[in-house]
Amino acid sequence: MAGHASKQIDAKTLWGGKMSPFSTSYGKLMMWFFLVSDALTFSGLLISYGFTRHDYLGSWPIGEETFHSLPFLDGNYPLIYVALMTFILIVSSVTMVLAVEAGHRMNKKQVTKWLALTIVGGFFFVGSQAWEWSHFIHGTEFGRVELADGSQAIVKGNFGEIKNFEVTVAGHHHAVGDKITEDLKHEYTHAIAEGHVHNGIITLHDGSQAKINKAANTEMILDIKEFGGKYKIGDKIEGAEAVAMYEEAVNAGEKNRIIYGANMKQNEYGPQHYGQFFFFITGFHGFHVFSGVMINLIILFGVIGGVYHKRGHYEMVEKTGLYWHFVDLVWVFVFTFFYLV
Amino acid sequence: MLRDDIIEYSLEGHHSEEEGVKLRKTIWKVTAILTIITALEVAVGIMFPKSAVSEGVWTAIKISYIILTLVKAAYIVLSFMHLGDERKAMRYVILIPYFIFALYLIFVLITEGNAIFAALTQYAS
Repeated sequence: MAGHASKQIDAKTLWGGKMSPFSTSYGKLMMWFFLVSDALTFSGLLISYGFTRHDYLGSWPIGEETFHSLPFLDGNYPLIYVALMTFILIVSSVTMVLAVEAGHRMNKKQVTKWLALTIVGGFFFVGSQAWEWSHFIHGTEFGRVELADGSQAIVKGNFGEIKNFEVTVAGHHHAVGDKITEDLKHEYTHAIAEGHVHNGIITLHDGSQAKINKAANTEMILDIKEFGGKYKIGDKIEGAEAVAMYEEAVNAGEKNRIIYGANMKQNEYGPQHYGQFFFFITGFHGFHVFSGVMINLIILFGVIGGVYHKRGHYEMVEKTGLYWHFVDLVWVFVFTFFYLV
Repeated sequence: MLRDDIIEYSLEGHHSEEEGVKLRKTIWKVTAILTIITALEVAVGIMFPKSAVSEGVWTAIKISYIILTLVKAAYIVLSFMHLGDERKAMRYVILIPYFIFALYLIFVLITEGNAIFAALTQYAS
């Protein structure tokens, strides 16, 4: 058997035309061609992202401002979560190389082990991305506020706790004097986004109205992201002034004065295009990871069933490995241009 | 040749246990490099957020991020994907499209994006 360095071809490896381009087997070369075209697709997406980002410059969000949460923990942990995701994907790439290496030694047990670990890593990554999306879609406690002069600001600070809603006008479900204590935050943000909060009174789904008993927000900073009449991009409003301006928007009773989270039409983090690119590029990549996990699973069944051992080589593991590394490679770029820069 | 997937597989070939030990050493070395680079990137991102540094420093950080990204990409492609072990001609067939088309497209679209930004700030407000 030929080693790595020598590229001697025996007669059986030649393709139909009695040649073997680049001394590579047919399957591997075709996988490379697929990856070249797929990489060009991702290049196109990321470059158009860069183009759009340069259209907006100042108002485009920065990674460490948008992504700073961890599951089950409160507080500010910029980039930690996505770094963890990146690490998971790198590690699963490593286990994949180890599976390929074990395949070269015809060690079925080790191929099975490393390939199974690769699949576990892939599932972890897809799960992490699901959490990330969910967090991105639901948004922060404060959302993004449109100030009285029309400029837009992202908000930081401590959210004052909501104690209860005290019903003042009865609706279908609630009588006057009832104190609602469930699902307060969700009801509150939803009502603000819809413009159903007016002068401290919230209008609930059933038509009843209630007084909001809520502690004041503190240490607020309004960071201007879009030009209005009075403020320009980069201005920061702090202290009592910030609290008052935010409260004005909360109590205006106008739809979309405050936007929470993200959907295809708008998002609290930056321009509309930002959310669309985030969903499309990370979604397209996540779809690749998911398909990769499925392909790896199919190959794993083959390995366990001894299909490749009987064949005399584990080239299928190598081919699916190429695809899996490619997914990791794309993530390296997505990580830089969505989260770091 | 009806079934190309069961042809004798001798090109990238098999290797011995001793060669395997050596290869695994390289794999773990590359793993360490990739992990350290990622940790470094995140540490810089946390310690020097855009809002806290001057524009010049941020540009320098941005450029070093892009260089580190390319280093990581090179390690993944050449080592993990074994493109470094393939023939030179194949390496170029795979890589040259990016050096020509992607770099050119980046140049064109970023220039265009900046021009649109300039036009928008000048005429929109």
